[in-house]
Amino acid sequence: MNRVFGDRKTILILLLPPLAIYVLLKVVPVLWSLGLAFFQGNTLRGFEFVGFDNFTTFVTDGAALQSMWVTISFAVIMTVCQVTFGYLLALLYVFVLRKGSAFVRTAVFFPMVLPTVAVALLFRSFVAVGDNQGPVNDIINFFGGDSVEFMASTSGTMATAIVMTLWSSMGFYAVLLYTGLLDIPDEIIESARIDGASGLRLVRNIIVPLSAPILLSSIIFSLNSTLKVFDSLLALNKGGPGTSTSPLTLYMYRTAFEYAEYGYGSTIALVLTLLCLVFTLTVFRSSNKRVED
Amino acid sequence: MTATQTLISARPRSRKTRPAPLRPVQPLGRRIARVVRRLPVWLLVTVLLIVVLYPQLWMILGSFKTQTEFFQNSTWALPETWTLENYVAALTRGNVAVNYRNSILVTFPSVFFIIIFGVAAGYVLEVMIWKGQRKMLLFILAGIMVPGQMILVPLFTVYFRAGLTNTLWPLILTYTAMGLPLTTFLMAAYFRSVPREIFEAATMDGSSPLRSFFVIGLPLMKNAMITIGLVQFFSVFNDLLIALTFTTRPDLATIQVGLLSLSDEYGSTQYGPLFAAISINIVVLLIVFVFLNKKIMAGLAAGSLKG
Repeated sequence: MNRVFGDRKTILILLLPPLAIYVLLKVVPVLWSLGLAFFQGNTLRGFEFVGFDNFTTFVTDGAALQSMWVTISFAVIMTVCQVTFGYLLALLYVFVLRKGSAFVRTAVFFPMVLPTVAVALLFRSFVAVGDNQGPVNDIINFFGGDSVEFMASTSGTMATAIVMTLWSSMGFYAVLLYTGLLDIPDEIIESARIDGASGLRLVRNIIVPLSAPILLSSIIFSLNSTLKVFDSLLALNKGGPGTSTSPLTLYMYRTAFEYAEYGYGSTIALVLTLLCLVFTLTVFRSSNKRVED
Repeated sequence: MTATQTLISARPRSRKTRPAPLRPVQPLGRRIARVVRRLPVWLLVTVLLIVVLYPQLWMILGSFKTQTEFFQNSTWALPETWTLENYVAALTRGNVAVNYRNSILVTFPSVFFIIIFGVAAGYVLEVMIWKGQRKMLLFILAGIMVPGQMILVPLFTVYFRAGLTNTLWPLILTYTAMGLPLTTFLMAAYFRSVPREIFEAATMDGSSPLRSFFVIGLPLMKNAMITIGLVQFFSVFNDLLIALTFTTRPDLATIQVGLLSLSDEYGSTQYGPLFAAISINIVVLLIVFVFLNKKIMAGLAAGSLKG
């Protein structure tokens, strides 16, 4: 039997096309990009080997450090918000709405499938000021405040980006964590109730520890997707005002394709990859430690 | 892992409900007390739904307003007439119609290739038995972590040299390569949940493994292919990075790139067409979502829990 399922011809026919695409269009470019990180220049100008110069440039490049700061702060704030809101919604679905949660669950999930560009342009109009003032500033005016031009300040743009990303993704994290909560056996919750745990204590002492694995997955997934933030900050305000909300991804894109610095662009891409790796491993390690304690 | 498996099998599951104890009809006072106690919950849910739905509704309503309405009427007002002028303007004056055509021309082939190659690779990695298949799975899995930025520069160089930058092929090829690792992994997981005996029985009956793949594997994976296909559809259709990098001509731009340039051109002057172009996205995806939300939600959740 095993000999039949070890048939070389079948393996080759079925595996070769996907493997070829994966290797040629993903693995080779990644290695190539790794190499480019040590060069300066572009295809037209030619490349020059510069060793670790790009990396020393990076640590002294104000714009690069600023965009790294944007990326990290956005990812950390976003992950905290997404997982917290997602978890609260999941608790609402499982313990308060119970069987009636299907509609709410679906409705809150929907924005997740909308293109980020469309969502960003929507929110840009939603918080607009001037001739065509959006609802947000109308509400601020109603309560007696002056209109705020969110897109004119760094903090305003970041706040809008965070609210907007939360708006579109909280339903997704809620569903993710909801499935995790469903896996907790009823008996455990029931016996905890009988032992007198209720409300917050039940959540803190029983439910959170039991859903720790899915919380961990959510945190890692959230960090990995928000560290790569690109569309939302670009479409919302072009990484502005100026470049003050431009994340690493956007800085890399501009360096490589607007200033044609392929080498330095690859270095920035490598830093981004390492950042994802470091964050994932850190979360993983710290959670393992806590489990051992 | 258990969570992933429940998600992957995508079976509708609901929390076991305890049998309701027989209850005598409650007096009115207690019923009112119950309603009052539930009031904060309903309030919370209402606020939640308004926050989620109103921005979308506001955008769609705005797509019917004329330029003067934008300036003179309150932003909360309903449109005075329900004309499709803005939609016509967006589709004809802007490039939106061409953008949509490009998006469709890119998305469907990409998703097709991702699914076909992914299911084939999943079959080989899970059902077939050969030396190094674990290592191969890990090798393909490693591709999930790598950000798209890592492959942009080399691929741009190659596509440019090969003279492909005047076509939509760079997008299709890149999306296929980027979608493959996750799809392969999920397909392998789906194949794992299929009893081996099915394939062994087919072999007993004289079917070659290649034939079994087409005759048994593919039909068995129909559900999985639709679910993952939807996930990949959204990630390709909604992508901006790859489309922005590899489309050098405006008439090759996908809808996301088109929306971005539309907002640059008209964004601060012509609200109607921009609102209309965004609303088309919302309405089309809403229709898809209404019919397929269970599969989409299960698929997206499975895609995030790799392991």
